[in-house]
Amino acid sequence: MRRVYLDYAATTPIRPEVWSAMEPYLREIYGNPSSLHSFGRESRVAIEEAREKIAKAIGAKNDEIIFTSGGTEGNNMVLKGVAFALQDKGKHIITTPIEHHAVLEPCHFLEKLGFEITYLPVDKTGLVDPDDLKRAIRKDTILISIMHANNEIGTIEPIKELSNIAKEREVYFHTDAVQTVGHIPVDVKDLNVDFLSISAHKFYGPKGVGALYIRKGTKVYPLLHGGEQEGRRRAGTENVAGIVGMGKALELAISELDREMERLTKLRDYFIREVERRIPDSYLNGHRIQRLPNNINFSFAYIEGEALLLNLDMEGIGVSTGSACSSSSLEPSHVLSAIGVPIELVHGSLRFTLGLWTTKEDLDYTLDALERIVNKLRAISPYKQGWTLKREG
Amino acid sequence: MPLQYSEIVLEHFRNPRNVGIIEDADAMAIEGSPACGDQIVVYLKVDKETKKITDIKFQSFGCASNIATGSMLTEMVKGKTIDEALRITWKDVAEALGGLPPVKMHCSVLAVDGLKSAIKNYLGEKREEKFTKEDLVNILSKILYPNLSIDIVSLKMVNYININEKGKVYIELVVSPEDPFRNHIKEEIEEKLKKVPEVKEIEIKFVY
Ligand SMILES: Cc1ncc(COP(=O)(O)O)c(C=O)c1O
Repeated sequence: MRRVYLDYAATTPIRPEVWSAMEPYLREIYGNPSSLHSFGRESRVAIEEAREKIAKAIGAKNDEIIFTSGGTEGNNMVLKGVAFALQDKGKHIITTPIEHHAVLEPCHFLEKLGFEITYLPVDKTGLVDPDDLKRAIRKDTILISIMHANNEIGTIEPIKELSNIAKEREVYFHTDAVQTVGHIPVDVKDLNVDFLSISAHKFYGPKGVGALYIRKGTKVYPLLHGGEQEGRRRAGTENVAGIVGMGKALELAISELDREMERLTKLRDYFIREVERRIPDSYLNGHRIQRLPNNINFSFAYIEGEALLLNLDMEGIGVSTGSACSSSSLEPSHVLSAIGVPIELVHGSLRFTLGLWTTKEDLDYTLDALERIVNKLRAISPYKQGWTLKREG
Repeated sequence: MPLQYSEIVLEHFRNPRNVGIIEDADAMAIEGSPACGDQIVVYLKVDKETKKITDIKFQSFGCASNIATGSMLTEMVKGKTIDEALRITWKDVAEALGGLPPVKMHCSVLAVDGLKSAIKNYLGEKREEKFTKEDLVNILSKILYPNLSIDIVSLKMVNYININEKGKVYIELVVSPEDPFRNHIKEEIEEKLKKVPEVKEIEIKFVY
């Protein structure tokens, strides 16, 4: 059976070149980068080379990059680390309701500790209005955290505009760039941010490794205390192979960025057009233009997402859904809910995210299967029995 | 998370049995709502004599476990009497399906609830079909007291009414023994009620 992976926003496979770059550090080069002998120095060199690659890719200085275990850690460190470092100045943080849980949960935790969080409104495409940010900033605001692009709907936020407002008011600005680094241009100077989170497994690097950009001179407490690694900002023996893999993966992604963006944008728009042409009552979620080149998110009225997902899975197609039934918490997507998608359409949502190995043939195969499955599920759906697109129950 | 489903669940999900609508269903019920993420509609055909479910169909706006439960449950109750069907629990269906993830209980229990509601509606509808007190009052309020052109209900001449399971109607009328129209009223009521097939017996008593 044909297998089509369309869940690249969840994670990506490791590229063969990345694997080759990592392999020596899982085999013969095993020294602890903190050791002074030649074994250790070999690992140290590899880490510093990777740091340089990451820094270069996002326009940062080498010492503004620290290695983490991924996007979740980067976000946690910024939220908690700034909160603890600046709590004498104020206890107010601004974010959005469509952030990844790796931002929202630290915020909820901080709320329990007495911090106050403002969740900016977003419009029906998921965009934050800079004027709302202007109005929300207070004297005691210590941090603003707004994601670069949303992982579910692909909406790209106007970070530059938002961070400039933060700069005028001298408030730290963090962006979760887990979905953008390696996918669209990201430059910390251009974006004018103080913190930026990166995760390797979203751009064909290994899982469990990431990086955090911390602008020089920015005050933040570490999340992990221990050894003196990463300039005492992140203790723990480095994930050498992972870091090397991340460096290689990002280097490759940047070298192909323009070509891949163009290719994926075409595929994305083809898929969106075809869905809208072939499947009635399908609704695109997110912004049509301010959108990640690889993200497609549709709601299909009258049917439930998990049933759709499993049917596609039986045809070898891997996608994800915002339906409550697909999550172990049984919570429907907070992102789709926040942008005002009626709850029954949240349950009927599917996300298709494209990547390096996605071809037009893959999409045609998926479109055929999707059309067939939607029709099949609608045929058994009671929607003709007074199914209304209203919020209820 | 998905795919922790048994082979039986996946098979029923892939090829759900008994999906669709019964146009001339004896009863139907809607359980859940699309807003809650799961909705099921159950249609029933019941044999009046044997009380056996002769046909059952369902429609689902729901996840895999909702669809599979609907499919399995409808298979299980076909040919059973409504009393037997009412005794089937979510656990029975889940077991027949080779187990369901506990987290999926809320979406799969809907099928069982839907069946129960449909049966309740079936029993309820039967009662309505039967001829209710409301129907009786409707008839009585069309019977006019001669000369006054006012109906006997408005005149508060109807003191008490009852209908039993055997279709016996009992009416107490407040009419004085001297009233010249006493028998006229009684005859008119009897005439009207005789046209109602559910009414098997009529007893009219005068109280004063
Ligand atoms: C926007 C966003 N932030 C954070 C994360 C978490 O990253 P990680 O899996 O590396 O912890 C993800 C990935 O799931 C994400 O999409």
